Amino acid sequence: MSVPTLDPSADDAILDVDGVSVWLSGREVLHDVRFRIMPGEFTGLIGSNGAGKTTLFRVILGLQASSTGSVLVGGRPLTRRNPIIGYVPQKVFLDPDMPLRARDVVALGLDGHRLGVPLGWGRRRQAVDAMLDAVDARRFADARVGNLSGGEQQRVLIAHALISRPRLLLLDEPLANLDIRAEGEVVALLARIAREQRIAVLISAHDVNPLLPVMDRLVYVAAGKTASGTTAEVIRAEVLSALYGQHVDVLRVHGRILVVAGAEGPSGVTVEETDGAAVGPDIVSLR
Amino acid sequence: MNQVLRVLFAPGFFASGPVHAALVVGAVVALVTGAVGVFTVIRGQAFAGHALGEVGSAGGSAAFLGGANPLWGFMGIAVVAAGLIELLGLHRPRARDVATGLVLGAGLGLAALFLYLDATSSSTTGVAVTILFGSLFAVSQQMLPSIVALSAVSLVVIAVCYRMLLLSSLSSDLAAARGVPVRALGIAYLVIMAVAVSLAAETIGAILATALVVGPPATALRLTKRPGGALVVAGLIGVAAVWLGIVLAYDSYYWPPAGHGWPVSFFVVALVFLFYLVAGAVTGIAQARRSRRSESASRLAASGCAEHPGDAA
Ligand SMILES: Nc1ncnc2c1ncn2[C@@H]1O[C@H](COP(=O)(O)OP(=O)(O)OP(=O)(O)O)[C@@H](O)[C@H]1O
Ligand SMILES: [Mg+2]
Repeated sequence: MSVPTLDPSADDAILDVDGVSVWLSGREVLHDVRFRIMPGEFTGLIGSNGAGKTTLFRVILGLQASSTGSVLVGGRPLTRRNPIIGYVPQKVFLDPDMPLRARDVVALGLDGHRLGVPLGWGRRRQAVDAMLDAVDARRFADARVGNLSGGEQQRVLIAHALISRPRLLLLDEPLANLDIRAEGEVVALLARIAREQRIAVLISAHDVNPLLPVMDRLVYVAAGKTASGTTAEVIRAEVLSALYGQHVDVLRVHGRILVVAGAEGPSGVTVEETDGAAVGPDIVSLR
Repeated sequence: MNQVLRVLFAPGFFASGPVHAALVVGAVVALVTGAVGVFTVIRGQAFAGHALGEVGSAGGSAAFLGGANPLWGFMGIAVVAAGLIELLGLHRPRARDVATGLVLGAGLGLAALFLYLDATSSSTTGVAVTILFGSLFAVSQQMLPSIVALSAVSLVVIAVCYRMLLLSSLSSDLAAARGVPVRALGIAYLVIMAVAVSLAAETIGAILATALVVGPPATALRLTKRPGGALVVAGLIGVAAVWLGIVLAYDSYYWPPAGHGWPVSFFVVALVFLFYLVAGAVTGIAQARRSRRSESASRLAASGCAEHPGDAA
């Protein structure tokens, strides 16, 4: 299904996912997933709830074993700890009681896996301040992280993931729970960092639209199967229909993309509600 | 000055051997439970901590039957219970709570048996009260080295795992992705918590142990937003509660009914609770004052904004 376009000589790829399938509780959650990400590339991982995005991230991180296939990160097979990957998980519950300031969370990105208590205050503080500046989070550096807004917390978590200077940044639905403005700011921030520091970004989302201006390529996941390529290559009725196994229309309205399923005939389009376990495509809301 | 001292400290306070031992044990144990307890609270394991304390009463009463110090009983059974909780609880927090409840029930059943046997086999009354509610003035001086050593080991383990514990409290996925052995860390933490709870049980009793493990840390979390600060503040609050509790209990020999001191544990637990309430009030007032100040500041800014008359409306 993959449609590689850029000349991807495998040696240069920062991430090479090759024929990965994952079975969980007797169900094939991911089927023969294959795509490649080049250094500095901005890739969207698009799919509705339950499509398998988080599972794919967990495989890339080495937290979930795949049944078949292989994953190469920076040309090497996975190990238990992959320092070249930075990760922002989907669910981080930041309790207001947590005795952590924003800067503490960022500092944990530097050395949170180490034994002992932190030493070298000055150098550590400098690195943390620089990182907070880079994500425009210096203003709330000393606030309790649990009291920050969703968008502010997202910036702090991105700084946490970036401070160890990864070459591949995985972000699991960082735009969920953000309003349109915060969404735009976070996307612009990520695009800038990817460009400036040549960090490859793989970002999951259930809606393509916020990522359209910055995405180099995308990987579309539906019911565990994937198609990858540029937006123009993947977001097409034929490709998505094959992926979903049912007829799907792709509409472009005011520069936004709508993927609509469930057309029963020429009479009209029934817009299918996406519930938690839906296999059908996302119905992108117009905003 | 002397007058004041005489009112605060009843005659003989500074000369009493049991008081000295109690002050040392109380301080050491409070420092450990403070540091360990901060993670108990932020990892959401207060129920497990409470269960380990209560289950410990089975071990304490069994140790009494065998003629050993209750501390060894508290600790032996608390560590076993911690292992069982981990084994039965799997990964999900809900399953964990159920496992904790089951282990707690079984442990208390054993405690009922052993406490009954204690009561029938010995002429000493009050074994049950000592095990369940503690008697700090009766902690044997021979136990001091063991208590200090256990406390030191616990503090060292917490210091060594400090950053990993923080990272995994933030998100276990994040920690695992960074190569932190999350499961092993969780087990190690549960064992250290069992040790800390047992030390607290030796000090203020098996049932009240959680007061020391959860109370000062919860208070500290209200007062400070720094991780290292929280550990230290929790320890100091614990020490303050225990020492003040000891002083009041000693003084209470002179209160009615004369000749019968009130239990130390009562004072310690009451002070822990009082500190928590006071900390809540203090932070509440500070917050209200801060928001009032920023509100009046923004009102001032709005009224002073002649260029943007629309803003004030
Ligand atoms: N441990 C598990 N055991 C069984 N099934 C699982 C397990 N984890 C995930 N699944 C299933 O795998 C599928 C993919 O889940 P995943 O979390 O990867 O989806 P997702 O694309 O991240 O969805 P969302 O947008 O809701 O986060 C879901 O149907 C889910 O029920
Ligand atoms: Mg997900």
